[in-house]
Amino acid sequence: MAKAPQMITANRLSDGAVVYFTAGKGWSVSFTDGAVWNDQEGAEAALTESKESVKARIVVEPYLFDIALTDAGPKPTSARERIRADHKPTFEPDYGSWTGPIAG
Amino acid sequence: MYRYDEFDATIVQERVNQFRGQVARRLAGELTEDQFRPLRLKNGLYLQLHAYMLRIAIPYGILSSKQVRKLAFIARRYDRGYGHFTTRQNIQFHWPQLPDVPDILQHLADVEMHAIQTSGNCIRNVTADQFAGVAADEIEDPRIWAEIVRQWSTFHPEFSYLPRKFKIAVTGAPDDRAAVRVHDIGLRIVKNEAGEAGFEVWVGGGLGRTPIIAVRIRKFLPKEHLLSYLEAILRVYNLLGRRDNIYKARIKILVQATGGEKFAAMVEEEWQKIKDGPLHLPQAEVERIHRYFAPPAYETLADVDPAFETAKLENAEFARWARTNVVKHKVRGYAIVNVALKLEGATPGDASADQMDLLADLADACSLGEVRVTHHQNLVLPNVRKRDLYTLWQRLKAAKLATSNLGFISDIIACPGLDYCNLANARSIPVAQRLARHFSDPRKLDDIGELRLNISGCINACGHHHVGHIGILGVDKQGQEFYQVTVGGSSKDDASLGRIVGAAFSEDDIVPAIDTIINTYLANRTERGERFLDYVRRVGVDPFKEALYGPATARRPAAE
Amino acid sequence: MALLQHGALQPNNWRFVGDDAAVPPEEPVTVSLKRWQAENETLRGRNAAVGVRLKNDEEALALGEDVHRLSLIEVEFPKFTDGRAFSQARILRDKLGYKGELRAVGTILRDQYFYMTRCGIDSVELPEDRPIDGYLAALKEFSAWYQPASDGRVTVLELRHPAKAPAGRSGATFISESVAAHSA
Repeated sequence: MAKAPQMITANRLSDGAVVYFTAGKGWSVSFTDGAVWNDQEGAEAALTESKESVKARIVVEPYLFDIALTDAGPKPTSARERIRADHKPTFEPDYGSWTGPIAG
Repeated sequence: MYRYDEFDATIVQERVNQFRGQVARRLAGELTEDQFRPLRLKNGLYLQLHAYMLRIAIPYGILSSKQVRKLAFIARRYDRGYGHFTTRQNIQFHWPQLPDVPDILQHLADVEMHAIQTSGNCIRNVTADQFAGVAADEIEDPRIWAEIVRQWSTFHPEFSYLPRKFKIAVTGAPDDRAAVRVHDIGLRIVKNEAGEAGFEVWVGGGLGRTPIIAVRIRKFLPKEHLLSYLEAILRVYNLLGRRDNIYKARIKILVQATGGEKFAAMVEEEWQKIKDGPLHLPQAEVERIHRYFAPPAYETLADVDPAFETAKLENAEFARWARTNVVKHKVRGYAIVNVALKLEGATPGDASADQMDLLADLADACSLGEVRVTHHQNLVLPNVRKRDLYTLWQRLKAAKLATSNLGFISDIIACPGLDYCNLANARSIPVAQRLARHFSDPRKLDDIGELRLNISGCINACGHHHVGHIGILGVDKQGQEFYQVTVGGSSKDDASLGRIVGAAFSEDDIVPAIDTIINTYLANRTERGERFLDYVRRVGVDPFKEALYGPATARRPAAE
Repeated sequence: MALLQHGALQPNNWRFVGDDAAVPPEEPVTVSLKRWQAENETLRGRNAAVGVRLKNDEEALALGEDVHRLSLIEVEFPKFTDGRAFSQARILRDKLGYKGELRAVGTILRDQYFYMTRCGIDSVELPEDRPIDGYLAALKEFSAWYQPASDGRVTVLELRHPAKAPAGRSGATFISESVAAHSA
């Protein structure tokens, strides 16, 4: 049984955006709004509840993932979830010099 | 290039209508995600890390300027202003929204494009050599056959629920630029003793968890039997391919388990029953398709263009680009231009909507309206008059499309990796960016010489790392990103799979590790002309192990 | 379970009988390939139709000439992702020249129904309460198809080159009633 605290995440059906299950049983795009479960039973019960949103066609495939409770607040422990929490790739695409009218 | 007739157009349009209906049923709750998933995959729509991803087919890599402009439009209107060209000559958009996808497909259908079968357990985009029709060394144009196979495989009622995905590649030149030996079916156009062209058929190649080089099951297949023979292979696979384990479900596993010779015999037995049936290709249809690939109206030009020669003498940067990125065309006075999507520090294979629009204009102005996609994530302007090269280069340079690194270490092939992809273990793009910056000095590139570097973010190997001269594979160690290095792979006629050098490197250590590998090569090659690949084949992995991990490790097997 | 056949949901008079169960004397039944091979004389001796339910890892060719003695062959789609029965259906039609009823059983989505008919299947087993509008609509989603299959529908190739007679169809130029009733 996982000892680490956990959160629940999923992707929104309409646009695929990363969302987190909140204490109010809703979904938020902000990682910081995600509810934290410290025990496995509570986490799994919440996961079952979160699946109501699948039937309601709000999200697809919710799952539990580990977080760490740091001084700066909860943080995902895996690279994958850190990247998902940012909602974008880890680099800035070099748009400034390409997009917009090309000289010449 | 091929143009749709009323039948092709009807089929694509009806598919758009069908998918529109399927999306509506999904959003209304009449389809669960489990039921919808295979349907959306067959229309190229994935659910990825941050968003949906739509993979659009570019049949054998050919695009008209009109199609390129439409891709730019879609990037702006429905996505975030850019697209990503892949190792299978497709394009991906990383941010479409589900309710918009039917409209996107409609826009594509309006310019004879689609996202049909770019995912799912069915026959995927048929890829070909990016210089088809214009290469000086070509035996015969493979695009005709790629188009014939595309049509036969589209909505094939028997082969739409295969054990796993199925990828076919065709090459028409002795120098295999289509990596046919690492495809499920690879077709090489060859000539028999009578001088007739036909196909050498390879089966069961592939990368991923179990990389395997294909087995040749037929030395010569007459052209008119192509479809019946493919049908025989697919039927054997559909019936006997494993369905109990998705990691063992490709045809390569079946071929290895059965044995190449026995597999060939099974195909032959099936084929004998069907070869003279309705799949026997009528000459009229071959000729009909052939006409679309007739050479365009080339001008009669001298081989040497004085303006081009002068420009090279006067501008060293241009001269370098001409040396690295311009390839000999089969017609005098013309050249094939490789447009690098490998700006150092940028994402390999990405192009912005503005760059796409510019390329469409350039294609119209100096490439007879055509652009191509390579499976090295670059583009090609295939029909450029030598006298236009300098002006073209200036315009490419202004748009950051003139990186002179084709085939060099900074011409990196990288999958989207953990920045985008749900399947990935590690990010590949930042590694590619750092490596490209590290190896940006043109003199260094020249000194290192020909070097194919491929990065995959996971074992699915979409970056084709197994066949890189240097391959980098992202692996997950307790939720953190690590990178395993292989050396000595090749995707060409001398196809080989890379060998692991040793334990994986952290994100911080991977660029220094590659640097060490390169320095080992530079210090020990016999002469400047000994390519990295040849050096590896000569000395094996030990010199690299020693340099990377210390002398004591050289005799031990790779730590895993 | 009911049958989708001839454009409507019909009652299913057939029953699949397991290898260890007794075969009723007067009902139409399907049995496994193994049982058919062991007991076909007795089965045919009854005063009722008999058919075979093929498992999708069995060789369709094993039926051989027996196909002409069967009123029904059932092919299985245990999961909708498992497409082996598409090939079995085609082998039964094209190689063995089977002309009786060919039925799909198992998990059948409307999005596969059209492909099933193209492979020569002419009825599918569905739960009684399954609405069939979607299945019927699916047959009309496409009006052109590239490749020859086992349904005898005219292909794009033939439409493009009408003067050319096809080189000869392998096996049956079989178009079942229910397929023909719904083609565009």
